Amino acid sequence: MIWAKDQSYSGWGRALRAKGDIASPDTVENLRNEGPAIGNRRSYGDAPLNSGGKAIDMTKLDRIISFDRETGLLTVQAGITLGELTRVFAPQGWMPAVVPGTGFATVGGAIAMDVHGKNHHHAGSFCQHVTAITLIQDKPRKITPKTGALWLATCGGLGQTGLIAQATLQLVRTRGDMMLVTEQRARDWDEHLSLLDTSRAPYTVGWIDATATGEDLGRGIVEEGETCKGLRPTARGTKKVPFNAPHWALSSPIVKLFNATYYRRVPKTGRTVVRTVQDFFFPLDKIHDWNKLYGKRGFHQFQCVVPLDQSEALRTIMQTIATSGLASPLAVLKRMGEGREGYLSFPMEGYTLAVDFPNRPAARALIKRLEAATLNAGGRLYLAKDALSTGPAIKSMYPDHSKWARAVAKADPEGQLQTDMTRRLDLRTPQQ
Amino acid sequence: MTDTNTNQTWIILGASSTIAKAFTRSVAEKGAHVILAGRRMDDLKATADDAKARGASDATTVIFDARVPDTFQTIIDLANTQAGTLNCAVFVGSMPAQDAIDADPTLVDGTIADSFTGPARFLQMLAPSLIERGQGSIVGVGSVAGDRGRVGNYVYGAAKAGFATYLSGLRNALGRHGVHVLTVKPGPVDTAMTQGLGKQPFMTTADAVVQDIDKALQKKRNTLYTKWIWWPVMTIIKLIPEPIFKKMSI
Repeated sequence: MIWAKDQSYSGWGRALRAKGDIASPDTVENLRNEGPAIGNRRSYGDAPLNSGGKAIDMTKLDRIISFDRETGLLTVQAGITLGELTRVFAPQGWMPAVVPGTGFATVGGAIAMDVHGKNHHHAGSFCQHVTAITLIQDKPRKITPKTGALWLATCGGLGQTGLIAQATLQLVRTRGDMMLVTEQRARDWDEHLSLLDTSRAPYTVGWIDATATGEDLGRGIVEEGETCKGLRPTARGTKKVPFNAPHWALSSPIVKLFNATYYRRVPKTGRTVVRTVQDFFFPLDKIHDWNKLYGKRGFHQFQCVVPLDQSEALRTIMQTIATSGLASPLAVLKRMGEGREGYLSFPMEGYTLAVDFPNRPAARALIKRLEAATLNAGGRLYLAKDALSTGPAIKSMYPDHSKWARAVAKADPEGQLQTDMTRRLDLRTPQQ
Repeated sequence: MTDTNTNQTWIILGASSTIAKAFTRSVAEKGAHVILAGRRMDDLKATADDAKARGASDATTVIFDARVPDTFQTIIDLANTQAGTLNCAVFVGSMPAQDAIDADPTLVDGTIADSFTGPARFLQMLAPSLIERGQGSIVGVGSVAGDRGRVGNYVYGAAKAGFATYLSGLRNALGRHGVHVLTVKPGPVDTAMTQGLGKQPFMTTADAVVQDIDKALQKKRNTLYTKWIWWPVMTIIKLIPEPIFKKMSI
């Protein structure tokens, strides 16, 4: 592999950075497990970073290897993005069974994080629809759900068992490449949860106004979608955030004003609109580099999930966030099902809340408090988002951590695939 | 290109190059038939599978070596059996380091064959078929390096300059028969060729180059600089008087 020396790079949150050598191979022949694989670095924290070491950018390995139009079984190289798969296959009547909130995530990254989407309550997590993975260890090795521990340590396993080079996905049939979307206002926390609880739609997600306090706490918009066939609305072009925004761009009064307007955009009685699949699943992808809105210092996303019976604890978490005045407009509430595949998969049946914060000392302190509250509620943090937690906290949130660590020790005995995240959280050491 | 894309055939020379792969995907997704021509058959077959999954009406692979003109006629014959509109995109080229050429001057012949004489002879052989059909497009990839001979890579630059001049003449000859010729001059692109060089000035991606090519084909542009910034940059570089330029190393 050819290495570009001393490249500076970061995750999506840009608060944590790394400097190291990066290879961008375009053929699998030369692929060696000399460092961790990275994709489009849509994880927020340090999961895709290896400071002072090597990393292998997989995004040029993005071929479709085969597609069976009868069964929907698709084999791809891991560097292809889920947005690309959606764009190519939705018009042919097929979709990835699970897509996360950004289409820039690669298949390899989606496996390493066992990502979830707006249909998690029905469809489960991404890896539950993966039927085979080719790992590059010292030699290439194909694994399937029958492989056992190595499979469970690979799905949601932070890329520590080998380079994820290729995968076979079971696509699902779609009625068309359009979405019929119903939006309703949720006036407060209780109404928000009850709308999520009673939703029958295949895709359901709540946008939450993380600045609303008092009676309005937890207000937001619940969005329900199903695929449909129809006329394509005119495609809107992409926009780009060309430079780092000043620090006041997402200050409290501006966010409050934005959120109030955004909330009132949907009429009291709700509305139904038709959107493209891309617009529905990847709403922010049209604004390239939107992470620059947070300025040079970057930002953090706090995402937790708590069990169903801990909704009061989550309300308290929401209250803490709302009264802090630190939240940004991007905040999401969703009910999750049980579906998860691997030892370190994030999902659990319950409610998940995700909120962005600019990278400032006050926000970092707040996130620490939110983490403690999550742990108390028997919930967990999402490693695709985390940049601030500690090893002991994460290990107690993930009861299967030791099983994962033992399988990983076997799969990567030299520790060549370690990342800044696995070192920060001391993840590779099993608990005693 | 016309609207009936399933009636389009694209011959893609040098189909293993990074930009060629991106271009192949773009026309495959519109339903074209692609004829992938290059030296690495395994790689071409993988690209063909990718193209078919994306919606290409068909994907064929065929050996093409710019330095071996005997490989050309088979491709022309195959293309002639296709109905509809015939198009050709040329992505072949090689860029040995200038100091490697200084050490081994025989490398000059191969560099010029890959970037200029090989593709020129192929297009010359293909031209009658396009004239007969009275439609179709040719995309020829040159380089900003062809706009002025620079100390760092002037053999590569000379080959690309020759090819650009050839394309200019071909445009003149074929334009009157309804065939469009587009000359593309990319700056540094993040490809296999530039692997390990790190970030280059105004670097772009293969996908962005292909989007630009797509637009330029629709508008029937003659010459495309991509990124666009290379047009003003090269205009200025071309204006530098030779007595000054010969002392510069840019």
